[in-house]
Amino acid sequence: MVVGSLSDAEVDRLFHALADTTRRDILQRCIRGEPSVSRLADGYPMSFAAVQKHVAVLERAGLVVKERRGREQLVRTDGDAVVGARRVLDELETAWRGRVERMAELLAHVPDEGRHG
Amino acid sequence: MTIVSVEKDVDSLTLTLVAEFDAPIDRVWQLWADPRQLERWWGPPSHPATVEKHQLSVDGEVGYYMTGPDGERSHGWWRVTSLDPPASLDFTDGYAHPDGTPNADTPTTAVRVRLAERNGGTRMELRFRFASGEHMKRLQRWGAFDVFPQSVGQMDALLAR
Repeated sequence: MVVGSLSDAEVDRLFHALADTTRRDILQRCIRGEPSVSRLADGYPMSFAAVQKHVAVLERAGLVVKERRGREQLVRTDGDAVVGARRVLDELETAWRGRVERMAELLAHVPDEGRHG
Repeated sequence: MTIVSVEKDVDSLTLTLVAEFDAPIDRVWQLWADPRQLERWWGPPSHPATVEKHQLSVDGEVGYYMTGPDGERSHGWWRVTSLDPPASLDFTDGYAHPDGTPNADTPTTAVRVRLAERNGGTRMELRFRFASGEHMKRLQRWGAFDVFPQSVGQMDALLAR
């Protein structure tokens, strides 16, 4: 299903990104401030590369953006792209409004083709 | 007017949509029961649907894909949980891998379709409930706070609870 303006791939990436405890934690930290990747890495019992990977997943989902400032890479939330349940429902509504309209159109204009067997 | 009402409940992640059609109930049922008709309304014009598999029976599966303008295919599946033609159909709708197998990492939606004769036409009630355990529970928790797309400050306060 294509949910409104979010493509399947985008929704996939979003759910994948939010399905991990560390990534949700990273997201929360990025909401509070603009930590650098190295500062984020200090906060988790995992390698810098592993944290960098998590940030990349969040980035691909459109939840955070990376910004180079001096020698540091800062991570901040991408407000416009942050999506929640309400938006998911709104997208579903948009998708189904379209579907119902197409159903009505079919019923009005297309002869009954489904009855021949 | 085709769509009579739309209700959304963020807490239970449910959407209910009621529509009325100026067509007999059997005709409306065919929109769901005939894969060739289903293809004509399921996908938006930009993403036409192709129904590859269509078993409308309890535990039956429907498999489809939609083709985007760039040729990219997105696959989906239904599993029928109950049906009583032409009055009711319940199924789970989810995303699939390119080979058609369900993608367990993505949310599913429970869809309930109810058709009833009304003033010579047909009333269709659709109810959608996001129903995939952990993913949606997490999102639901966030959604219940209505954190998105609120300001960052509000989000912070809510997430800190």
